[in-house]
Amino acid sequence: MVNIIVLVKQVPDTNAKIVVSGDRVDLSAVKKVMSPYDEFAVEVALQHREATGGEVTALTLGGAGADKVLKDAKAIGVDHIVRIDSDGDHDSNSLQTAIASVLSELGAEVVYCGKSAADTGAGSTGPGLAERMGWASVSNVTAVAFDGGITVVAPSEGGDARISVPIPAVISCDKGNMKVRKPNVKGIMQAKKAKVDVKSVAIQPSSVAIVAHTMPPAKPAGKSYEGGAAAAEVARLLRDEANVI
Amino acid sequence: MTETIVIAEIAKGTIHATTSELVTAAQALGGSPIVIVPCTDASVADAAASIQGASKVIAAKSDVFNHYDAAGWASAIDAIAPAGTILTSATPQSKDLAARIAARRNISVVQDVVAIDGNQLTSPVYSGKAMQTVALDGPAVISVRANVFDAAPSGGSCDVAVVDTTGNMATAVQEFMARASQRLDVAEANIIISGGRGMGSPDNFVHLEAIADTIGAAVGASRAAVDTWEAIPHSMQVGQTGKTVNPNLYIAVGISGAIQHLAGMRSSKYIVAINKDADAPIFQHADYGIVATWEEALPVLQTTLAGMMA
Ligand SMILES: Cc1cc2nc3c(=O)[nH]c(=O)nc-3n(C[C@H](O)[C@H](O)[C@H](O)COP(=O)(O)OP(=O)(O)OC[C@H]3O[C@@H](n4cnc5c(N)ncnc54)[C@H](O)[C@@H]3O)c2cc1C
Repeated sequence: MVNIIVLVKQVPDTNAKIVVSGDRVDLSAVKKVMSPYDEFAVEVALQHREATGGEVTALTLGGAGADKVLKDAKAIGVDHIVRIDSDGDHDSNSLQTAIASVLSELGAEVVYCGKSAADTGAGSTGPGLAERMGWASVSNVTAVAFDGGITVVAPSEGGDARISVPIPAVISCDKGNMKVRKPNVKGIMQAKKAKVDVKSVAIQPSSVAIVAHTMPPAKPAGKSYEGGAAAAEVARLLRDEANVI
Repeated sequence: MTETIVIAEIAKGTIHATTSELVTAAQALGGSPIVIVPCTDASVADAAASIQGASKVIAAKSDVFNHYDAAGWASAIDAIAPAGTILTSATPQSKDLAARIAARRNISVVQDVVAIDGNQLTSPVYSGKAMQTVALDGPAVISVRANVFDAAPSGGSCDVAVVDTTGNMATAVQEFMARASQRLDVAEANIIISGGRGMGSPDNFVHLEAIADTIGAAVGASRAAVDTWEAIPHSMQVGQTGKTVNPNLYIAVGISGAIQHLAGMRSSKYIVAINKDADAPIFQHADYGIVATWEEALPVLQTTLAGMMA
């Protein structure tokens, strides 16, 4: 009976247009979804449960609106859904301290998460939590097997490495060849009725504060050419103008 | 002013060129950084001694650094790094290490930094659709994107201190599986040529490979190519659910430029697009756009490049 936690985060749909108004991004009109890599983490967590027995809890941190991604995880098949109640921005230190305290409280043994969240792209939470818990971690995992312990495949210089991971551990998941399961009607019905376990945790103040969001600097218009013969000119410019060849 | 510490980026057993960029980034934060070189053989660290601006090089010698284990590396580096702000490269492995070291010290980590102004750091967020600037109040660990800061020149000479360190490995490698192809991985390459669905068939990737071999590039792919063709592995995928790359040159061939593809490559220094559709969104991001089929353009590109390299 392994106590499996999967971390899920609500982020803007990756197709969404991001606008900055004043000095902050304005996400009010943006559709929000589960961060794509977290879908792989949920899939692996469910595979782990199927292989060894145990229970899977999906955990998020956010406001009430974030319950949606927990319900999505529930519809796919997790057993429990928990939200650490918080609005506002936290730096990695404050955020991880809060999540680590809840992992301890829940008695987590294995934690899965996406390799990074689609909004920040940072990928700090998985390894950071592992360090705080004093656990092993492997990031950017593309395949997982359960053969008594956990064996993962992750990129390594010049190829991949197959790595044995002792429990307890945090594993951050990349896409690999994973196919994620879709919710079925029964799952969706159960998710509707499921209650989110909301936890209030005192979150320490941040030492890294957001100053501003800005739009990326506009790229000067490039040069454009018609017809394949122009490739010769472009090759020369790559050498003589851009100095990249 | 607190100390700044650069963790040298190691590739193929030697110090990677981005380490010099980290020294420049560290100087932007103020002061002359200490460069820590994780190594099993201290002679590797000598190359860092000539980076101008480094105040001191520490060859951190340990068997732990034989291959990567997050817990082992973080503890071995933490044991010898002084207090202060630590800079690493923003490769996937070094970002992982940065997060662990920060957590170990109960300080924050800021990833993928592309600009530094005093205590303010800027990183891309929302897959590069916006930039976020944060202010540091105290020491932090920051990872810095490659090809953004100028490399600090060589020609300096500072002392190299060899320090033995140790850490506890938490995981065990069972086996290494070398990539089938000897070609560079997109995550490691300074030039990338990628093919999309417009290549028509995975067999046509040989034309990309020929160019890649001519100029020492890696071959990448769009998700449509990876999902459609078994022969194109996910390890080649660039984008939101593939790899984020930051090369000097990215050549997109038969790729439309979907927002999720851009997410992985838009910060490339120079972008070339070859697409038969003049309205393909990729052209809005291209420094050099060629409206043509790849069948027309690639042979010309190949011949010209081969001539230039000869
Ligand atoms: C959650 C999510 C994550 C995603 N992650 C990724 C990701 O990581 N990476 C990624 O790439 N995509 C990703 N996508 C998919 C993305 O939305 C696009 O579907 C994909 O990038 C399209 O790939 P493509 O440009 O190769 O194909 P298409 O969009 O089909 O474009 C093919 C292009 O080839 C051109 N063409 C056709 N024939 C020729 C010819 N003979 N010569 C020259 N040009 C030709 C066409 O004009 C067209 O522009 C993701 C989508 C979602 C929803």
